[in-house]
Amino acid sequence: MYRPMNSPNPNSLKSRFTKGFVKALIRINKNHPRSASSSISSSPREIRRRYHKIKTASYASMACAVGRRRAWSRALLWKIRNQACNGGVVRRSIGSRSHYSMKKRVEQNKVNELRKVVPGGEGMDTWSLLEETAHYMKCLTTQVKVMRTIVEIHSTTT
Amino acid sequence: MSSRRSSSSSSRASKPSDDEIKELVLKLQPLLPQLHHSRNAPVSASSILEETCSYIKRLHREVEDLSKRLSQLLDSAGITDVDEELIRTLLRH
Repeated sequence: MYRPMNSPNPNSLKSRFTKGFVKALIRINKNHPRSASSSISSSPREIRRRYHKIKTASYASMACAVGRRRAWSRALLWKIRNQACNGGVVRRSIGSRSHYSMKKRVEQNKVNELRKVVPGGEGMDTWSLLEETAHYMKCLTTQVKVMRTIVEIHSTTT
Repeated sequence: MSSRRSSSSSSRASKPSDDEIKELVLKLQPLLPQLHHSRNAPVSASSILEETCSYIKRLHREVEDLSKRLSQLLDSAGITDVDEELIRTLLRH
């Protein structure tokens, strides 16, 4: 199915993320009403609290848009939904005590670094981790692009 | 669980070979902005992994910065409606 470049696919990941995230922003905005007098802006604490909500909403919207078909999005959704319970995440670490050469050990360290930045990475084997990483990077890039666009739009209209 | 077999020689029962893993690492290279330039020069799997890590961390920081800016922007002029026009504009970029 061919679609011209500038006609957005309503079912694309980017579309789903954008709609979800904008809805979340509106919800956050409603819950943090600005003071009646528009010349007084919110306190720094308010702004900080809103920033945390926006950040969570951003990751949640992307994870929701991807759904449960990816290990990283499942892990992220799980983490966000359990954020209220600060019991801590059980981390199944697949760290291997290998008889690898020095070179392999260095590479293994880098793989383990990657585990830390990809959601759910700690519980993945190397193969899955690399597959998930590729998809996660693409989604993160989209996430950042859309957020940047929202900021640009709002910067010019104020 | 979706099947994650990308080649017939790798199975969940046996460990994928180092070469197969290296192949997968090399597939990450086109996704990375920096390493794109040195396409002709051979890039080690090690540096791809490193670059991937720092790229993801950079993206995380960007999400943080953009969230902060959005928080301040919403302070002065919030979105009040799921503006269809807004969404369409966003998706056009």
